[in-house]
Amino acid sequence: MGRLMTVEEIVGSVESGMTLGIGGWGSRRKPMALVRALCNTPVRDLTVISYGGADVGLLCAAGKIRKLVAPFATLDSVALEPHFRQARQNGAIEFEEYDEGMFMFGLYAAAHGLPFLPTPAGLGSDVQMKNPALKTVTDPYGGEELIAVPALRMDVAFVHLQRADARGNALYLGGDPYFDDLYTKAADRAYVSCEKLVDTGDLLKEGPVQALLVSRAQVAGVVETPNGSHFTTGDDDRRDEAFQRHYVEAAATPEGWAAFRARFLDGDEAAYQAAVRTWRDEQ
Amino acid sequence: MAGTGVVTGEVSVTRAEVCAVACAEMFRGDGEIVAAAVAGMTPALGARLARATFEPGLLTTDGGPHLTAEPVPLGAPAGEIEGWLPFREHLWLVLNGRRHVWLGPSQIDAFGNCNISHIGEADRPKSQLLGSRGAPGNTRLNPTSFWIPRHSPRVFVEKVDYVSGVGTDRGAFQLRGVVTNLAVLDFATPEGRMRLRSVHPGVTVPEVVEATGFPLTLPDEVPETRLPTPEELHLIRTTLDPKALRDREVRP
Repeated sequence: MGRLMTVEEIVGSVESGMTLGIGGWGSRRKPMALVRALCNTPVRDLTVISYGGADVGLLCAAGKIRKLVAPFATLDSVALEPHFRQARQNGAIEFEEYDEGMFMFGLYAAAHGLPFLPTPAGLGSDVQMKNPALKTVTDPYGGEELIAVPALRMDVAFVHLQRADARGNALYLGGDPYFDDLYTKAADRAYVSCEKLVDTGDLLKEGPVQALLVSRAQVAGVVETPNGSHFTTGDDDRRDEAFQRHYVEAAATPEGWAAFRARFLDGDEAAYQAAVRTWRDEQ
Repeated sequence: MAGTGVVTGEVSVTRAEVCAVACAEMFRGDGEIVAAAVAGMTPALGARLARATFEPGLLTTDGGPHLTAEPVPLGAPAGEIEGWLPFREHLWLVLNGRRHVWLGPSQIDAFGNCNISHIGEADRPKSQLLGSRGAPGNTRLNPTSFWIPRHSPRVFVEKVDYVSGVGTDRGAFQLRGVVTNLAVLDFATPEGRMRLRSVHPGVTVPEVVEATGFPLTLPDEVPETRLPTPEELHLIRTTLDPKALRDREVRP
């Protein structure tokens, strides 16, 4: 039942045109090591499903996204995601916009084999009125019209949790699970990156049993990527705010971004982490 | 003007403090519901002030997944915790309805349709903003208030470029009101159009009319927004916002 893989093996299994789900939320516990590595593959034309943050930004900057399905893209402490903005303002990506709660229902439907789930969230807004693909359903008991949120199925999902075992069971630390369990259930193949691999018998030394969010039954591969959610929130549930600001500033000009990419992103994950350490020492 | 304070007796009250109290007032009568006041520091301060004074039943958060046992100061850790509200529970609670939310729109029209998504065309916007976040569901299912720290015709527009949150003409559940740096507005007209409820001390009605990009319904008499009580002022300054983070949104 061992499912240990390398970052390269995981991203190497993603093909152009696929639908990719990415866990976390905004600039919180995003599987950034996997996203960084995916940016360095020849893959393109992805449909990405995400409560968007820096993951969406990096993939936009690398030209990987054809269509984003999301309720937002934000860096939390920085309201707007610079690369997402640029991609949208250049007309480079399609954006299918959802309400946050609608989006959750799409994940729940996909995770449980339902074709749709009904909700009033979104009714009357342009999320509904300007999306001809979105249909409504009538309550057979009371007659109320509701949005039929289609299942957000995905070919592949990436999530990052703090602890996992080699089988693919994974546990989160911190106050919020986000929706990572739903992503793993909604995907044909789900991959977990973790801060630290532990023996199965040691999982509950790390957190309460309720924190065991992801089951090995839903996981195709596991990889240990220490600091792998950087610069979003990670092991200690904190974000590297200074580095996030550096990322935002670099995104402001083509030259700034080229320099950032050359320094941090063109190598592998070990090179990224080393470059971040050097950068921090300079500050 | 936007930044001036007023002097009452011996005490000078800032515009930000008037705004915080106006935000608190929006919660009057809400009882035991979650104050989802994340659209800015002033509504968060207002929620905690309301809880500390006339709405003790309100549930308030630390800005993260914790319901705090007491209203905590802006930017402070949660302290003792009375509940857990991760994002997924927030989204279910939208459907449950025991929640009063604040939005910070980039555009809003006379019926309270609001835009936080993008400016310009949907295919290739002039300016991409956040995306609709929870605004569609929030406005359809929960009492909603709006916080606009810079009242201007760029924000108050005839027609929003994208309806993220629904207005009174599109099935809004209940748009409680709008607090800006100049005034308090609401939708208490027969057609559900926006109406000037009060101007902050030091602001004139023509100033508000000029800063609003659509015809505003004006009552015959426009009162002044009420001042903080001495107790409220003390709570704001010494307990709930000792670092005066409120002044970052509304200049003193």
